[in-house]
Amino acid sequence: MRRLSLFNSVSLTLGFAFLYLPMLILIIYSFNKSKLVTVWAGFSTQWYGELMQNEAFLDAAWVTLKVAVVSSTIATVLGTMAAYALVRGGRFFGRTLFSGMVFAPLVMPEVITGLSLLLLFIGIGLDRGVLTIILAHTTFSMCFVSVVVSSRLSTFDRSLEEAALDLGATPFAAFRLVTLPIIAPAVVSGWLLAFTLSLDDLVIATFVTGPSATTLPMKIWSSVRLGVTPEINALSTILIGLVATGVITASLVSKRNLVRMQREERAAERAQ
Amino acid sequence: MDQNQVGYLSRLSGRGHDLRPTSYSERTPVSEPVFAPWNDADATPLITFQNVTKKFGEFVAIDDLTLDIFEKEFFALLGPSGCGKTTMMRMLAGFENPSSGAISLSGKNIAGVPPNQRAVNMMFQSYALFPHLSVWENIAFGLKRDGMFKDALNARVDEMLKLTRLEKFARRKPHQISGGQRQRVALARSLAKAPKLLLLDEPLGALDKKLRQDTQFELMDIQEKTGTTFVIVTHDQEEAMTVASRVAVMDEGRIIQVATPEHIYEEPNSVYVADFIGDVNLLTGQAKATGQDTYEIEVPVLGSIFASSVRPFSDGQTCHLAIRPEKVAIHAERPSADNAVQGKVLDIAYLGNLSTYHVELPGGQIIKAQSANTRRISRRTFTWEDPVWVSWTATAGVLLDQ
Repeated sequence: MRRLSLFNSVSLTLGFAFLYLPMLILIIYSFNKSKLVTVWAGFSTQWYGELMQNEAFLDAAWVTLKVAVVSSTIATVLGTMAAYALVRGGRFFGRTLFSGMVFAPLVMPEVITGLSLLLLFIGIGLDRGVLTIILAHTTFSMCFVSVVVSSRLSTFDRSLEEAALDLGATPFAAFRLVTLPIIAPAVVSGWLLAFTLSLDDLVIATFVTGPSATTLPMKIWSSVRLGVTPEINALSTILIGLVATGVITASLVSKRNLVRMQREERAAERAQ
Repeated sequence: MDQNQVGYLSRLSGRGHDLRPTSYSERTPVSEPVFAPWNDADATPLITFQNVTKKFGEFVAIDDLTLDIFEKEFFALLGPSGCGKTTMMRMLAGFENPSSGAISLSGKNIAGVPPNQRAVNMMFQSYALFPHLSVWENIAFGLKRDGMFKDALNARVDEMLKLTRLEKFARRKPHQISGGQRQRVALARSLAKAPKLLLLDEPLGALDKKLRQDTQFELMDIQEKTGTTFVIVTHDQEEAMTVASRVAVMDEGRIIQVATPEHIYEEPNSVYVADFIGDVNLLTGQAKATGQDTYEIEVPVLGSIFASSVRPFSDGQTCHLAIRPEKVAIHAERPSADNAVQGKVLDIAYLGNLSTYHVELPGGQIIKAQSANTRRISRRTFTWEDPVWVSWTATAGVLLDQ
């Protein structure tokens, strides 16, 4: 392997330090014995224990999880349908306008999305709570799913769908039996993206929530305003751990599948 | 191997295809039943294109085309890319509809019938195998859509696996088998539903040359065993000549000639067809009748040449004589032949079994003469710059008006 030049190694180090040093400090201090966040007083896992006793945090975590699962699932269904219509629908009237509108929320300031949803919910008299957060999260994460799925669909070999039709499948059966299984990895990444976005959203949730529902980011934010406690550090460390495990597992699995597939392809060509 | 040999082999191969008439039907032995429904006025075609035109916006892909294809035929659509052959196939499959005109299958107009409701199956150029399904499941896909019962379905899939010699690979996924095996899976899958018509879009394009030639014979074999009508799209004229009972040569959305491979090769109806199929020498001049069906052609610089033609020409009409290189002989001394011209050897293309000599004539024109290398290389007669005579008989070429 080629050695990195001095310039490249310096920029790499600086880049990674910038990204991960704050998190590293947070993780280290989550194991601090002292109640003061900035003074190291020896190793301890007591804050993790106390976190598990904290009803408010656990409730917030449960709300967040519910919202994330439900909203990302609805967003995945709607986003996949939108992507399919936009990529496969051909040149229907207003196609350019629609595709532009699907992607607009990607760059829309969250404050505006949150505010407009709040006004809508007040307007139609919907009680604010878990349901409104779910609706709001579905709205903004749908376009992310749609982007991921449509980029997969645009490289999808159209003749596979034609072959299914040719063999007697109805257009819906062709989608269910051929298209969907093949684009499934993209649909799953879309779901994971929507899930993550919902998990850490603070701004929009704050706008549309009512007194009955508090998500974890909202809870963390409000406790931090009263001072950072080691409990928050412990909670964040758990979140980092969960996300990192998910990402690493996903990339290992897909890497292993790719390697196995390439090996089998080579074996098949050799065996000929 | 060149196209003459492949075509020749197919005639020797002892299959139904050698029941095709040779270019002169009186030569066919009387005892053999001739498969030539296109010559039978009473035969009803399986597929009829009636004045079909297909436009994509301003672009005319198919231009007022009329064509009959008969049951059990192995019909080849041959032409350069963009000639409309793929569009014709996609209209048969139901992926495109004609802008005007009618396409009928077994006498019924099929315009507007969606692809999943046609008794037509297609083998795609890319094979379009479903990557997430095993070979077995790929073949069973169409049968399951028909709601076939389990026992019948298993039996049919096994039959298809056996036909294409894929029994060992039934449980494998498409990426776990080789290119040639994938091609056979695609064929088995499209044949599983026993369609009235099978469409093959460049079926052998992705295979290397040796495998392609083996597969051509396999295709002919399977076509004969199943009795299915095959329509094949190809830009490879060797492939079309080898497999097809009839070939349609297309250009710019129109059919230039439809005939058996022998007819297409020996009796092309235009310079375009003569030039597209195989190698050809073209001499252009003014015709002058010298007798019953015989003409003297005045070629600039070269002088007079003699040719016979069934197609009539008026005196002074511009005509093109098309002669295949293998019908031109090469000599050291002036031969006694209908036509003999002197020139010098400019180039020799050595093909192993054959050599093609490029002979430059006085007018700068180049005539290709082909001869079989029946002697070892050291004993052959001609080399570069040798003065030679090329000759051909009056009946060797075809006289064309366009």
